[in-house]
Amino acid sequence: MYSHGSESLIKQAREIQDSELQKFYSRLTKLLQGKELGHETVDSLQRLLLILSATKYTKTLPPELQKRIFSLLSSSAEQLQVLSSAVLRETLPLSGQDVNYNKENVSLMNSHAAALLLSQAGSRADLSSLCAQLLRGLDGRQLEGSAHSLTHTLPILNTILTHSPESLTEDHVTLLSKKLVDWLRYASITQGGGASSGGFFTGPRSRQPVPIAELDGTVSGDFFTVLCVGQGFTEDQWMNVYSFSMLRHWLLAYHSVSNGNTTAETDDRSEVDGSVVSMVSATSSSSRLLPPKERLREKAFQYCQRLIEQSDRKAHKRIDTDLQKACLVEAVCILDCVCEEDTSLVFRTFPCIKALFGRLSSDLSFARVLLPIAQFYLHHGETAAVDCESVWNLVFGRFPAELFNDHFLAHELLRFLRQNLESLQLRVPHYTRSFPNLLKLLAWDSPAVVDDFVDLLPSLVTSGTAVELLHTLLDLPCLSATLVLQLRSACLPISDTGGRPLLSLDAFRSPSYRGLFLFLLRGEAGSGDTIDRLSTLHELLAEAADWPRVVQCAQTVPVLLHIFFNTVLTVADDKLLAHLILVMLERSSLLLNIPKYIQEIHRVFSCHLLRLCKLHPSLVVDQSHELLEFSGATANVYSKEDVYTHVVWVLGEYLSVSCDSRCSVRLITSCFETLEAVLFEITSSAPPPGALCPAPRVVTTLMSALAKLASRSHDLIPRVSLFLSKLKTVTRGGSVPWCTDEEDLVAIVTRGEELWSLLKAPGVAQSVLTPPPHVTMPQWHRDTNVATPLRLRALTSLTQSQ
Amino acid sequence: MVRCFLIHTVCPVSALGPGESRVLYSRVFGPDESIVSEQNRGLNPEERRLLQKEKVAVVARQVRSAVSLSREASGRPLVETVPGEEALALQEADSGVVRLRAGDPFNEEMSALWLGVQSLGFTLVCESYENLLLAEGTLRNLTRHCLEHLHMLGQGSEVLLRSSRVDTLLSRLLPHGQLLFLNHRFAQSLEKEVAAYMAK
Repeated sequence: MYSHGSESLIKQAREIQDSELQKFYSRLTKLLQGKELGHETVDSLQRLLLILSATKYTKTLPPELQKRIFSLLSSSAEQLQVLSSAVLRETLPLSGQDVNYNKENVSLMNSHAAALLLSQAGSRADLSSLCAQLLRGLDGRQLEGSAHSLTHTLPILNTILTHSPESLTEDHVTLLSKKLVDWLRYASITQGGGASSGGFFTGPRSRQPVPIAELDGTVSGDFFTVLCVGQGFTEDQWMNVYSFSMLRHWLLAYHSVSNGNTTAETDDRSEVDGSVVSMVSATSSSSRLLPPKERLREKAFQYCQRLIEQSDRKAHKRIDTDLQKACLVEAVCILDCVCEEDTSLVFRTFPCIKALFGRLSSDLSFARVLLPIAQFYLHHGETAAVDCESVWNLVFGRFPAELFNDHFLAHELLRFLRQNLESLQLRVPHYTRSFPNLLKLLAWDSPAVVDDFVDLLPSLVTSGTAVELLHTLLDLPCLSATLVLQLRSACLPISDTGGRPLLSLDAFRSPSYRGLFLFLLRGEAGSGDTIDRLSTLHELLAEAADWPRVVQCAQTVPVLLHIFFNTVLTVADDKLLAHLILVMLERSSLLLNIPKYIQEIHRVFSCHLLRLCKLHPSLVVDQSHELLEFSGATANVYSKEDVYTHVVWVLGEYLSVSCDSRCSVRLITSCFETLEAVLFEITSSAPPPGALCPAPRVVTTLMSALAKLASRSHDLIPRVSLFLSKLKTVTRGGSVPWCTDEEDLVAIVTRGEELWSLLKAPGVAQSVLTPPPHVTMPQWHRDTNVATPLRLRALTSLTQSQ
Repeated sequence: MVRCFLIHTVCPVSALGPGESRVLYSRVFGPDESIVSEQNRGLNPEERRLLQKEKVAVVARQVRSAVSLSREASGRPLVETVPGEEALALQEADSGVVRLRAGDPFNEEMSALWLGVQSLGFTLVCESYENLLLAEGTLRNLTRHCLEHLHMLGQGSEVLLRSSRVDTLLSRLLPHGQLLFLNHRFAQSLEKEVAAYMAK
């Protein structure tokens, strides 16, 4: 692991003095001049590599040394190739260095030198020329038959295709497509290397070619694939592996190559491919007449069909069983890809995909193979008029419900959802309904998947799901705790009380609470927005409040709530918004008891309550009954300060005829009386035992709200004034039981005095406390009839004329 | 394709101050992505190298926090292993995957697969379309070889002083960032080559 020794090596490498470094350079240069490059050279090169790579600042080598190291690239010892390539990758290219190299035969270049060339490419043009030369090498060397040194060519081409598809031309695509067909479909079917079927007496000369075998040991009867084994492999078999490994990306990306640089005969429909191939499997003569790209598609199709069939064989080794799964994923993805390009293949492919789904769907250990199958159904199910119901039941049902703790599946499932969001929303009604299930992934591993949910959540918010989704998000920490309990309950026998016994685990197992937990664990939306006995559930889960998984989950909820509210504004009507306000008021006291969590949620509620009411002021009149009930409960001042303050502010601000004509004097008076009672109560006695003093902000907000209401109904003015003057008298003594901080008290009294003086002139008070919209949203600069713009224009013309 | 492979510290170790971490090995495959991006085309080679190092550091940081959050959530105690117990260390390793959004730090979206072996993380950054089942197998295989050939469970510093061994491993098992479908026979024949190289 990482020791003090390693740390001191890195420090030394970073802090090496220039003089010392120069000495080291010259010593190394001398070493490299010698004929024999021994251990010391290798060691020094390795040290040089450490010095160069330990810092992010680039060091420049003396040109002589750099040249010497450069020449090691073509050394016969691989170790020196590796080291020189690594060292040079950490330095800047010598001017002219790569040019020199390009003139040599690139196809003779070893893999390590190629890696250097690739990493130091400075432009697309560099990549284009490298590409052209590699392909020339690929073309020219086919007769020599030494493919082994070619293996690195395919990955390099694939890399260039990834970074800069424009660097390939249509001709390159044609050439490489042909090559891939050969390697994929016509690799030798006898074992390479030292394979021998002979007994003790058979000499090397009488060796018979041994056919390749399947993973279960039987002799292979068809063409070679990556799932074939032998004692050794021929070079074209290696190329088969490399070709298949890059095939999917090739099929995905070859469209993006530049079309400009084509020679005349790209549409060589009539061409008969004449490459030297082994012809074991009967190839349809028609496919030989296809143009290269289509021919490659056909061969890819056959290869994948064969892989799918081979994956059903019982492999002896674990590594091969894993490989079979990876091959299934790749095969299905490739089939999907070729069907995208050529819809006629859909009908040929579906039977095989369907059979594969039938074979695997009951075994969840194949879940990650089933995802690409689902992708296939999503892309092509409509074309083939196939029923996809069972696929979606699996993807949105059993996967999240039973495999929520598989990180990789969660990542892949969410990636699948993100990438197909539009078509899922359009074609798969299961999607939105399944949010209680999908959120299990978030509840289990919040930090890893929250990013995906940031993208996905808006698509789950509809007018039909909004209320239930809000409740579900608020109870996400409970879901997290329940998932922990579910797993523990499954792996611990009931009698086991080892370690500290969990009360919540007993509750989870108890039939009397079964319904509560089952509701949290439901797979689909629609069985009700929430449950009655939430507070019981929260009590049962109280001990989970400090479980790390639950805490991590609780930390992500505020972020998602913000996204929820931002989205809901775009889909909701007034009725739904009113409902959401009620949910906020109700849920502000019904949350799992994690102090920080409650505080954060209150903050989010406050922020969005304000935004909702600002956008739809008539909501305040609509919901005045509930808002008044909430603001009339003195206890809320202490336990939900943030929400309470905002509710009071909203009442004071928007309970006005100018916002909603239904706002009657009676309503204003009743609101006034409610708030007045609370303000009186909290400023006349000490806080209840256990509670802190009311926040000064609550007191001033209450006072302002009362003043605002009074300014709209002048009968109320004497009552506020009386209260404010009383407040002044009471506090003259210095300390009061409801406010211990002197500065706070001064601020409160000052606010009271301001409001009192304002209310002395009711007309002024009204225009200050309930300003008409043209004051709050001034548009003078736009109104041509008012004087200011006219004067400004006159002044401007005066100044400009000078 | 795989964009880069790195070995870095993932939790506080005694050799480092709190909050410090080190990238012990990193290999970025292919050309630098900034030469084809509109935004960074004007960079000179030195700036490109700096940007690339910073990108690697971003990945290391993201993985580091993913590992520590994942370990905290699972609550499993770390199993200490000694040289010779590479298989056990690998079996006990935590693993996971981090989504790297487009632009943070690579131009396109990537998936960073990580394997946490005690205080060290082994990370593969793959293109988002990549076959993660295959990538996972490759990462495990690479990690096992690194642990064995560089004696990483011990106190030595071979990962720094013999880093070319990792280069060689990568050139066989992940040539130029290409994930390979290798059955056990192919894998064996590559391992033979690797073993022969290491024996020198």
